[in-house]
Amino acid sequence: MKNFAALTRMRIQIAFRNKMFFFFVIVMPFAFFFLWLGVLAKGIPERCAFYLGPIVAFNVMGSFWGLSATLVLFREQGILRRFHVAPVSASDLLASSIVANYVLTLPIVILELFFARVIFHVPSLGNPVSLFILVSVGIVSFGSLGLVVASVTNTMQETQVLNQLLWLPLIFLSGATFPLAYLPRTVQRFGLFLPATYLVNGLQQTVVNSTTPWSRYVEILSLSVWACLTFFLSAQLFRWEPEAKVPRRAKLLVAATAIPFLLLGVAENMSDRVLREARTALETFNSSSPSSARPASLGMPGKPAGVKNPSSGNQN
Amino acid sequence: MANSILQVENLVKRYGDVEAVRGVSFGIEEGEVFGLLGPNGAGKTSTVEILEGLRTLDSGRVSVCGLDPQRDSEALKQEIGAALQATSLPDKMRVIEAIRLFASFYKRQRDPQELLKRFGLDEKKNSFYGQLSGGQKQRLALAMALVNDPQVCFLDEPTAGLDPQVRREIYDVIEELRRDKKTVLLTTHYIEEAERLCDRVAIIDHGRVIALGTPRELKARSGGTTRIEVRLSKPESNGTLKTLEGVVDAREVDGAYVLHSQRPPQTIVSLVKHLEAGGNELVSLEIATPSLEDVFIEFTGRRLRD
Repeated sequence: MKNFAALTRMRIQIAFRNKMFFFFVIVMPFAFFFLWLGVLAKGIPERCAFYLGPIVAFNVMGSFWGLSATLVLFREQGILRRFHVAPVSASDLLASSIVANYVLTLPIVILELFFARVIFHVPSLGNPVSLFILVSVGIVSFGSLGLVVASVTNTMQETQVLNQLLWLPLIFLSGATFPLAYLPRTVQRFGLFLPATYLVNGLQQTVVNSTTPWSRYVEILSLSVWACLTFFLSAQLFRWEPEAKVPRRAKLLVAATAIPFLLLGVAENMSDRVLREARTALETFNSSSPSSARPASLGMPGKPAGVKNPSSGNQN
Repeated sequence: MANSILQVENLVKRYGDVEAVRGVSFGIEEGEVFGLLGPNGAGKTSTVEILEGLRTLDSGRVSVCGLDPQRDSEALKQEIGAALQATSLPDKMRVIEAIRLFASFYKRQRDPQELLKRFGLDEKKNSFYGQLSGGQKQRLALAMALVNDPQVCFLDEPTAGLDPQVRREIYDVIEELRRDKKTVLLTTHYIEEAERLCDRVAIIDHGRVIALGTPRELKARSGGTTRIEVRLSKPESNGTLKTLEGVVDAREVDGAYVLHSQRPPQTIVSLVKHLEAGGNELVSLEIATPSLEDVFIEFTGRRLRD
């Protein structure tokens, strides 16, 4: 516990001295925040409320970039070797990465929520307990995904490629960038296999409909299970030495991280719950927007995909 | 060795098809500075990293402070200190923070301020690691290896890549460890380092210990002879050179001829006469007392730096 606390403090200290940290963890999230709420939502409070969940999710999901890159850099530079020869365990090191990332990300999310209320006059931030749990479990689970990426890549170049391959579907097919209900029906169904979709939907429903933690139990539970699984695997696959290559079994183990959302995706495709909620949120958004029936700045059609008559409510 | 604090018996380490360490055995007594001397790729770092618990062994037995580095890894790490060959710290970490952080990992700790003073880093304590020179980084690595007041200290090529001035500074630090009766296992490919710093040296090549003893004992294996290195304008056969007066051994190394003589003046006179008779010319001639390099050449027929 003492080692874990010392390592966490060290990670936070170093992050504050890093210009890249300021850009990726502070400047970029706020740039997206103001772009989405100020430009895409045109500062209209109801529209801002609709976009607030996805933009917070976007920020939370970004955790995996920083953690994977830092860990691989530490391994490439031989920094991990120095810790290896000291009485420090892989779990101490990995847990400190997760907690430091949490401590650094949470204030940014809180500031975003504060600005949403104060600057954009979002009517309500929804259920604060739900919001807190979803943000927390989101930071931890996507941070753990970053640790798994670092465990299965050998060089920074490989890490960046894998991060891109994961990041693009996570942001474009989950509803974080384009509302899920606007995406083609097949893409929506694919999106149900992505953890990001549950984080985006959970946060959006919390802000828009003030849902309780109990009503978001699927999102909270699935992301929590996934966080535990990815953290456990990252500890199993952890490599201290730059020359230690990824064992073949590691790649199979990594496939196991997809299992919770494969199962959930099948169940959700059958129940259609998430897609129904996404459509309802969009319809509420459309009906409450004072001047337009669609989020015009995205240039998307006003009618959600797969819905014949948007005004008739849920289709399933 | 009954009082060995560190024991290695028939150690073998393989990387795929390559056998990096082939049955290495030695023991180190408490308070001794022991050197593993050999060229790059000889198996020194693999041996040390197995002793530190960083790598697994394929066969043989090792024990450090009475502990098995694999089985008792956590307990062992409390007892040893290590300055690794290829390691680093985050660029934005301050010197004092690094020392304090690493000290906090151990049950037994030394005063970080005192360590910084001792290693001449007091003025740099608030500098970032990325701002330090190579020598300062190395001194910090040595200071960090001592934060837990270790029973055994592993220094893996502590002066590799440093300029001669900084290297001498590091020598002073290691000599201080020796005065403090610290047990040190030092790996190096510098002859001067091994001769100057080590109580005993194991010369290692291609994963095997080829000679072991005090520097004096090892040099005495050259038979108390003087080393005469000559370069000639035309090649000569070793057999012919061995017949010169006083010569007990002659070898060709890197285009030069290394003669070991019991009577150097007579050997030189005899050599000049021989060359004149054969129409050959002396290009250069160096005379030196035998060094560990000669021991290495004697066993391998190569120079250490090859």
